[in-house]
Amino acid sequence: MPTSEDYKSQVPAWCPGCGNFQILSTIKQALIELGIEPWEVLVVSGIGQAGKLPHYIKCHTFNGLHGRTLPVATAAKLANHSLHVIAVAGDGDCYGEGGNHFLHTIRRNPNISLFVHNNQIYGLTKGQASPTTAEGTYTTIQPYGVLQEAMNPLAMAISQNCSFVARGFAGDQEHLKELMKAAIKHKGFALLDILQPCVTFNKINTFKWYRDRVYRLGDDYDPYNRNKAFEKSLEWGDKIPNGIFYKYEREIFEERVPAIQEKPLVRQKFSLEEVKHEIEKFY
Amino acid sequence: MSRIRGGHNFYQIRLSDQKITASREMVDILLALDLNTIEIHRKSVNEGGFILYDSEIAKKKFEEPEFIDIPFRKIALDVGKNSVMANTVAIGAALGILDLGLEALKKILIETFSRKGEEVVQNNIACAEAGYKYALTNCPKCEAFGIREPEGKRLMIITGLQAIAMGAIMSGCKFYSAYPMSPSTEIMEYLASRAEEYNLVVEQAEDEIAAINMAIGASFAGVRAMTGTSGGGFALMVEGLSLIGMTETPLVIAEMQRPGPATGFPTRTEQGDLLFVLHAGHGEFPRVIFEPGTPKQAFYLTNRAFELAEKYQIPVFILSDQYLAESEWTFEELGSEKLIYNDYRLREEDLKDVEDYKRYKFSSTGISLLAVPGEAGKHLVVADSDEHDEEGHIVEDSETRIKMVQKRLLKKLPLIKKEIEAPFLYGDPSPKIVLVGHGSTYGVIKEVVDTIPKDKKAAMLHFSQIYPFSERDRFDYIGLLENADLTICIENNATEQFAKLLRSETGFEFSHQISKYDGRPFTIENLKEELHAYI
Ligand SMILES: Cc1ncc(C[n+]2csc(CCOP(=O)(O)OP(=O)(O)O)c2C)c(N)n1
Ligand code: SF4
Ligand SMILES: [Mg+2]
Repeated sequence: MPTSEDYKSQVPAWCPGCGNFQILSTIKQALIELGIEPWEVLVVSGIGQAGKLPHYIKCHTFNGLHGRTLPVATAAKLANHSLHVIAVAGDGDCYGEGGNHFLHTIRRNPNISLFVHNNQIYGLTKGQASPTTAEGTYTTIQPYGVLQEAMNPLAMAISQNCSFVARGFAGDQEHLKELMKAAIKHKGFALLDILQPCVTFNKINTFKWYRDRVYRLGDDYDPYNRNKAFEKSLEWGDKIPNGIFYKYEREIFEERVPAIQEKPLVRQKFSLEEVKHEIEKFY
Repeated sequence: MSRIRGGHNFYQIRLSDQKITASREMVDILLALDLNTIEIHRKSVNEGGFILYDSEIAKKKFEEPEFIDIPFRKIALDVGKNSVMANTVAIGAALGILDLGLEALKKILIETFSRKGEEVVQNNIACAEAGYKYALTNCPKCEAFGIREPEGKRLMIITGLQAIAMGAIMSGCKFYSAYPMSPSTEIMEYLASRAEEYNLVVEQAEDEIAAINMAIGASFAGVRAMTGTSGGGFALMVEGLSLIGMTETPLVIAEMQRPGPATGFPTRTEQGDLLFVLHAGHGEFPRVIFEPGTPKQAFYLTNRAFELAEKYQIPVFILSDQYLAESEWTFEELGSEKLIYNDYRLREEDLKDVEDYKRYKFSSTGISLLAVPGEAGKHLVVADSDEHDEEGHIVEDSETRIKMVQKRLLKKLPLIKKEIEAPFLYGDPSPKIVLVGHGSTYGVIKEVVDTIPKDKKAAMLHFSQIYPFSERDRFDYIGLLENADLTICIENNATEQFAKLLRSETGFEFSHQISKYDGRPFTIENLKEELHAYI
């Protein structure tokens, strides 16, 4: 069994008090409790404060480009589906720069988990509006306040029939850990949007702001009812529900790609002997 | 030829009992299936040539002697009971004019139509025979061509794109992700059609950004991967290219050029992206660019591309253009014997003596061990688009930065350069006239050199391994150029991109330049005409 010592890595370069610290320690705890060893997990991330996360865990890492987490993660999973693949992104990273990939990864439904550190702001680039920043919020670039309506990633994911849709809060680690474990264990593409206070650049959505509003979805909530889930995902304001909103079990991408049914692509040895008759087809 | 639906479409076939490598401007037989074709192509029919048409389809009767009116449609209706077979009648007629026999065509008709049932096959064959017979009896002077079927030798017929795709399969490529864009799409179609047979993963991405990032993800995870596109799609891939540079992830990228800017001519040809591909990507990192001149070169260079990409952990380009990509060539000499396959990826077994694996460990060659994540025991593989230390973790300090630039760029460059083969010299060994080309102009320059009288001492110098330039110790091609009186660089673009590149890399300046940027390939006639001013 792995221990927290096994997952010990670099010292994070985040602001003291940042919600990312809770997410980091929770992710490690979730992996340990699931009995996953560091060499069995690949974390793919983009660029942003969230994107730094895999450097602070000990695991296989691909820290790629801003917004491009999901194509890399999907392909890595296709190449080696024996790896646990977790994609980590910021709200700007995933819902803005990489929005198209988000939509199409839902359609593909690879068996990977996506953790979005949703601090409703661009942290790394010092406080510009993200797709989830509340309408009217003032920033250095939005002196008249954000003119767009905030995006609702959960509603969007449910509308596209995403296989697993959940939201957690960095300030409720016990709950977050259970959600992370459920997302990793879920067979299919699992979105976990994580409310993450950015103490430096988001002075509105603070720990207190979230704490005053969040509540856990109760045991009587049925995540298999898509319409109800959609309705629930629209709830945002004085009350903010967290938990597993929606689950839809369907065949995963890796089960549908014929080439990898017998064994992972990466373990299929190449032999020229087996393909050289291809030339004959052109005579 | 066009791969887009609708509008005027044509196909030029050149046949000979000699080896030929280029297209001609003029044709001997024009097979016109509509009036539009006659109007567009009439002027390119050689004297003594024929125009086969159907006055009923064209709704016009031509009285000039080169016109041979054959009732394609009526024969199709009478013999095949369906006017759609008019084209089969027409092909039969063309073969009749050449008196080449119908055996080959019958085989193709059976192959093409057998899934539509025996009746369709038989009707098509009957149509071909009727067209053949009609042409034979109604065309008095057709003996003139005197072409005979080649004896014995088996020839293959293949396009540049097919050669690239086949080269990829035979180099162990297992993963291809792309977004459709003419003229690159056929690589993906080809690989998809072989996915089951060879266990390939072929994924149509949501855009080119995803396409290249997927290919990078697959390569990072340990499989040989490739992506392909045309100029516009490659523009979207550029940041991903730079990611390859930083993460040192092997990748082969096919860029099939078409005339730009923007959407340009989607189904035409140009060599306008050479300097774009060379300079694409922010930051400094090594790359290799191959630009094959024939499907055969495309096949072997694709194989070489996979070898170099993985050996040096760099991006390698197969740069080509619509002309080479889509024209079909016959060959006799393609074989798998000369293919190379070295697996540079390391697994648990290979790493058993490595105590503390570091993805970007410094080394004298700049090359670090390429471990497969998850298959390398407990070793962890950390790749990072930020500047990083040997382990792959983000750093800021200048000392590591300097060492990393040396590792991934400066140390590798001279080694990569050594791998590049010299340009190909054809013709006089100490030429006074040198026609220089790169990529798809190979065939036309070669044939034109053959037409220049020997005493003029002409030669072709062709570059297919474009960048970096090969070392000159084995073949001093710059010395050769310097000793010539006339050096003419021939390019399918407007800004003399290769000439600029050669000048900036070697200081050599061509005496003349021939540029063509009308979206069409050079033909033998128009290149000869252009050369007329100099030779
Ligand atoms: C192509 C590209 N555009 C812009 C940037 C600059 N950039 C880096 S991170 C970022 C946004 C960060 O916001 P988010 O994704 O929400 O992550 P956070 O820092 O808040 O965790 C931007 C705009 C970049 N690195 N790459
Ligand atoms: S800027 Fe915000 S998100 Fe980034 S580390 Fe600081 S508090 Fe965290
Ligand atoms: Mg953010």
